[in-house]
Amino acid sequence: MSQPEGAVAPQPHVAHEAHHEEELGFWRKYVYSTDHKVIGIQYAITALLFLLFGFSLMMLMRWQLAYPGSPLPLLGALLGDARMPGGTMLPEFYNELGAMHGTIMVFLGVVPLAVGGFGNFVLPLQIGAQDMAFPRLNMASYWLFFLGGVTMLASFFVPGGAAQSGWTSYSPLANLAGTGQTWWLIGMVFLITSSLLGAVNFITTTIQLRAKGLTFYRFPFFVWAQFVTAFLLLLAFPPLEAAAILQLMDRLAGTSFFLPSGLVVSGQVLAVAGDGNPLLWQHLFWFLAHPEVYVLILPGLGIVAEIIANNTRKPLWGYRPMVYSVIFLGFMSFIVWAHHMFMTGMGTTMAAFFQTTTMIISIPSVVILTALVLSLWGGSIRFNTPMLFALGFLPMFGIGGLTGLPLGLNVTDIPLHDTYYVIGHFHYVVAPGTIFALFAGVYYWFPKATGRMMNETLGKIHFVGSLVCMNVIFMPMFIQGLAGVSRRLYDGGASYAFAEPVLHLNVVSSWGAWILALFQIPFIVNFFWSIWKGKAAGENPWEATTIEWAAPSPPPHGNFRVAPEAYRGPYEYSVPGAAKDFSPQYEA
Amino acid sequence: MDIPYTVEVRRDTGLTNGKIGIWLFLASEVMLFGALFASYILIRAGAPSWPRGDTILNVPLATFNTIVLISSSVTMVMAWASLMRGRFGTYRMYMGATILLGLVFLVVKYFEYSHKFHDGLYPSTSNFLAIYFTLTGLHMLHVFGGMLVNAYFWGPGSKLWKTNPVWFTNRVENSGLFWHFVDLVWIFLFPTLYLL
Repeated sequence: MSQPEGAVAPQPHVAHEAHHEEELGFWRKYVYSTDHKVIGIQYAITALLFLLFGFSLMMLMRWQLAYPGSPLPLLGALLGDARMPGGTMLPEFYNELGAMHGTIMVFLGVVPLAVGGFGNFVLPLQIGAQDMAFPRLNMASYWLFFLGGVTMLASFFVPGGAAQSGWTSYSPLANLAGTGQTWWLIGMVFLITSSLLGAVNFITTTIQLRAKGLTFYRFPFFVWAQFVTAFLLLLAFPPLEAAAILQLMDRLAGTSFFLPSGLVVSGQVLAVAGDGNPLLWQHLFWFLAHPEVYVLILPGLGIVAEIIANNTRKPLWGYRPMVYSVIFLGFMSFIVWAHHMFMTGMGTTMAAFFQTTTMIISIPSVVILTALVLSLWGGSIRFNTPMLFALGFLPMFGIGGLTGLPLGLNVTDIPLHDTYYVIGHFHYVVAPGTIFALFAGVYYWFPKATGRMMNETLGKIHFVGSLVCMNVIFMPMFIQGLAGVSRRLYDGGASYAFAEPVLHLNVVSSWGAWILALFQIPFIVNFFWSIWKGKAAGENPWEATTIEWAAPSPPPHGNFRVAPEAYRGPYEYSVPGAAKDFSPQYEA
Repeated sequence: MDIPYTVEVRRDTGLTNGKIGIWLFLASEVMLFGALFASYILIRAGAPSWPRGDTILNVPLATFNTIVLISSSVTMVMAWASLMRGRFGTYRMYMGATILLGLVFLVVKYFEYSHKFHDGLYPSTSNFLAIYFTLTGLHMLHVFGGMLVNAYFWGPGSKLWKTNPVWFTNRVENSGLFWHFVDLVWIFLFPTLYLL
């Protein structure tokens, strides 16, 4: 098709053998690497650090919520008088922490770990590719993400501190906020560009670099989940970029896209052109942020599916319906966004439409979760650490999902909107949901990445402690929310009489959070100890069937010794008549 | 290590990696400009009054610019077609013309902008001007970006023609796809802002 006349076609490229690669220097090998595995690990480690940092912000807030107004011992003095005079947290600092906790956890923690980390490391291996389709774009994607993260962190040090208008940055509040908000917007533009490059790369890689014989219905479910996620990132993020551009214009060029006429601030009418629409920000923001919810959860579902199939030693129950569901889910996620906006007065017709689509989108989610639960039926389950986290994920994500239904219906959402019930709901989805799935993934693919196993005992302590603490933190929030406590109170509700009966639960949640932090120590120790001292793992320590286990552990640059081929579906465990209880995709 | 299908097409998809990549990128660009056009509709629908574009903006200049951009799309196709025929010299000429036409567009836009500023019309003056400056400004950034890529393929990037003409031709085709997209955005912007 695009063959110039008279041009000589280049010689077909001979597949290089991995060990003939020229040796790269330190910087090219570990820092400015174009190898998808190194980039994946860079993403994963950066994201894990951001998760820890975002969690620390929340632990500070939990002190103020549990013991409002009391000085924080030790740390309080360290944070300085501008933020915590005498060790007591100022409301502005509380708002900073709240906005940045949300931003960091979503955009710098979970998504980069789930998509940038696991997607980059596992997806090319699972489809039998040597690398991503655009390795240099992949490197640019990581470094843009890094730059976005640095921008967000630096915003803590600008006059007035970091963004304080919540992770949703609603206008007009965010229009009028301090310099930190401008930094937030610029940071977001970096992060959006980063995920755009990533999404283009993932989709192209999946379509083009599949191994021979690996048809779409032979994809492991993880690949499907990442593939759909990439489309969500590709198409949902640009409207947020548009929104960020408009808010930047409002803040820097004095436009009034989001500012209505006659807005009174501190007793004075704001001197702007006016006629803007604050709801426009919410529409643009949630047009991204609802698909973003599925960006948070789909890779997690993919990881859990892999681990459940592997550790029940049987095929996934209902692989095809799961695939159809994930595609349908991706599509539907674009037309449910306004269920976040029932309280804005956008009208009952709109509300009726969006609550209907919201109820419809719950169906494929339930199909996938049900298929995963049914996959356990009749399996001979191995209870190793990855499997425990995957099993923990199922009921936790179930609680998160089911408590979302009352929020998706207009009538029941009105009393629950902006209460702790909402916080409880989406944290069940993301914290003991997605983050458990991500932990499961770390334990599961750690041997592939390092060539060594993680310690099982430490892993089990990590799991049990985290499972208990997560519930101690988030279960009380449902009770507080049903009692009507708003999620945005600096004193945790102490100034409201109706919150009195549930106020003590703030202390419970806070201690849950701090003890949860202690239970992450075994994970951190395990992680570093196992890199050097863990039990050596062979190519396929879990006796799994998917193609990534055909590569050496850790895989060299270029991944496979010989280009793998796929001969069968992804989950052929316990095939009757086979010599062993797993028949790998890559074995003829 | 060489990534497969950068030059030759994959048999079952019939595509190179770059071709898929550029179309995906354009899809996301459609969502970016789509969101801004949607914002335009929402803001205009909610405004108590909205000026007709031609009462504020210079329609003859914009018409001229429309012709300039459409011509640049034609020269872009000619540049690619010249490579397909193996005529590198003609390619250089047409590609150069594409870059120059882009430059003409930006210069005309510069005069339009400075005239507005001279009359005291700023983005902060009204929401009509706010959306005008935002949309055309973002579009100009895209024109500028496209010109940079084209200039690279006109100059240093064209060395690839000697070593791998197929790859070079594909790259020019992809950069052309982006250039046509930028042109297409203008074809939507012109009536929306200047005429309606």
